[in-house]
Amino acid sequence: MGRKLLLEHINVPGINTFDVYRQKGGYASVEKALKTMTPEAIVEEVKKSGLRGRGGAGFPTGMKWSFLAKPEGVERYLVCNADESEPGTFKDRYLMTYIPHLLIEGMIVASFALGAKTSYIYVRGEMMPQIRILERAIAEAKAKGFLGKNILGSGYDLELYVQPGGGAYICGEETALLESLEGKRGNPRIKPPFPAIAGLYGCPTVVNNVESIAAVVPIINDGGDEYAKIGIGRSTGTKLISAGGNVKKPGVYEIDLGLPVEEFLYSDEYCGGIANGKRLKAVVAGGSSVPILPANLFMKTINNEPRLMSYESLADGGFVSGTMMGSGGFIAYDEDQCIVRNTWNFTRFYHHESCGQCSPCREGTGWMEKVLHRLEHGHGKMSDMDLLVDVSKKIEGNTICPLGDAAAWPVASAIRHFRDEFEWHVTNGAEATTRNFGLAHYADPLTVAATA
Amino acid sequence: MLRVEDTQVSVEFSPELLNKFADVVTRYPAGKQKSALLPILHYVQAEFGWVSPQAMDKVAAYLDILPIEVYEVATFYTMYLLKPSGKYVLEVCRTGPCGVVGADKIMDHIEQTLGVPEGEVTADGLFSWRGVECLAACGYGPVLQIGPEYTFYENLTNESVDKLVSDLRAKAKN
Repeated sequence: MGRKLLLEHINVPGINTFDVYRQKGGYASVEKALKTMTPEAIVEEVKKSGLRGRGGAGFPTGMKWSFLAKPEGVERYLVCNADESEPGTFKDRYLMTYIPHLLIEGMIVASFALGAKTSYIYVRGEMMPQIRILERAIAEAKAKGFLGKNILGSGYDLELYVQPGGGAYICGEETALLESLEGKRGNPRIKPPFPAIAGLYGCPTVVNNVESIAAVVPIINDGGDEYAKIGIGRSTGTKLISAGGNVKKPGVYEIDLGLPVEEFLYSDEYCGGIANGKRLKAVVAGGSSVPILPANLFMKTINNEPRLMSYESLADGGFVSGTMMGSGGFIAYDEDQCIVRNTWNFTRFYHHESCGQCSPCREGTGWMEKVLHRLEHGHGKMSDMDLLVDVSKKIEGNTICPLGDAAAWPVASAIRHFRDEFEWHVTNGAEATTRNFGLAHYADPLTVAATA
Repeated sequence: MLRVEDTQVSVEFSPELLNKFADVVTRYPAGKQKSALLPILHYVQAEFGWVSPQAMDKVAAYLDILPIEVYEVATFYTMYLLKPSGKYVLEVCRTGPCGVVGADKIMDHIEQTLGVPEGEVTADGLFSWRGVECLAACGYGPVLQIGPEYTFYENLTNESVDKLVSDLRAKAKN
């Protein structure tokens, strides 16, 4: 049974209200931080915790905070990235819906540590219900003296606002998010300068994911060293994994990093196995942008060791036989799912969501979508797979922001691991769209072992 | 290519709406009122059902920015409706896990039920529908949302869609 640092009280009735949250020990980290700690000491605890950004990039949070420029007389900002739009990922929505005060508590502590007097939670516009939940929770916290002027008599002032987006996946990229918060199109900025130097309104700014900010609460309550004891290697602490696709029990789970993928996928505590008695064919472990893996490669690392839910283990084997933790958006595909169709679906998404600023992404994603569309609809050519790999290589690494990479990786990995399925589409034309592909060499090793 | 519908509609912002605008502007530092643009466009759409060129011009004047600064934002973000739509816009997630669990079939069913193609409005003006990209509810698909509240409906089936549509029809009559 994994620890529950973020979701411990998620099922407590009324936990979305200040009073119940407070009864369960909520806002203790604010009291501790503002009354007994310096901002530098808080940054130090977060560094000790080893917390890595939970939005997808996995960059050490404490280090990111320590990069923040601190010139005198200049405003500094903390912006929470709640623009959750990566296909497969729905953990932040869950957290904001059911335990909004956890995020607000983390925002107060983090804002104090960073010297921010105004902070924003940028929530994707589609999450209007969550925006209303957060606004209500902020008003409650303010009424109780945890926001506004002179919080808890500490002399620290903080205003916290919720900013709705307008429906654009690219605004999950931190500089595009800042552009959007400034009332502009969400076009990513060229880095450097990084937001830590010139962010919102040109001021030093930290942008953190919802889950990262929520994790600051247990780190301050229990200490960075305690947090770092959980997990494995440089993957410390707990992680929210949102499981979808063909699993028996889709949902959001908090795991200790380092949990074997087999346990996550098959134990009743988590996904409970594959739905409808089907077998596992493939997995996308960290949101649509990470490489897709066939079941056998997902279960074992390149050294034939059991794969773990950790940043390092999932990435073991690089892009040849590994993948990434990403945002923790976990999608399982059963034996009936068509990889060609899924790849087309993802590419249509990236084409739709490309901001259009860089030609390789704007044009390349559209080109890949067209080729995948014709393959999926039975009009493809054998040369299409090489064409797709070629186009994906020309997008990857050639754009201002990582959306180009995010669009390229699913295509390149699908062709690397499932080329025969693409070829089958070419050979069998329109018929291919209705084919049940079976498992062939994608066989789920657990099922094979059980039936051997 | 996104096009702003060229219609001549008269737009007046009510005092209540202007109060909301003014409240949003206070969230940002002096001189950074352009930050209020996205929230204000949401308010405009909730009030009028879409974001007309006339409304955009008035928002530009209110925020003391150029009209083009409003147009480029309204046309960039997918949530802003640039032509009149149904009273209820059914937005079905078509991406990733929702696709895996049957979003396409749900969209087909909605098209048949409403009798209009994607983006068109039913004759009674009540409904339009469209496929949208990932709505971040991947464990509960297929899902759809309906503005301006953006109420969510999860684990959709043809039957639940039928009930939803008939409930909305009944609600519109009352």
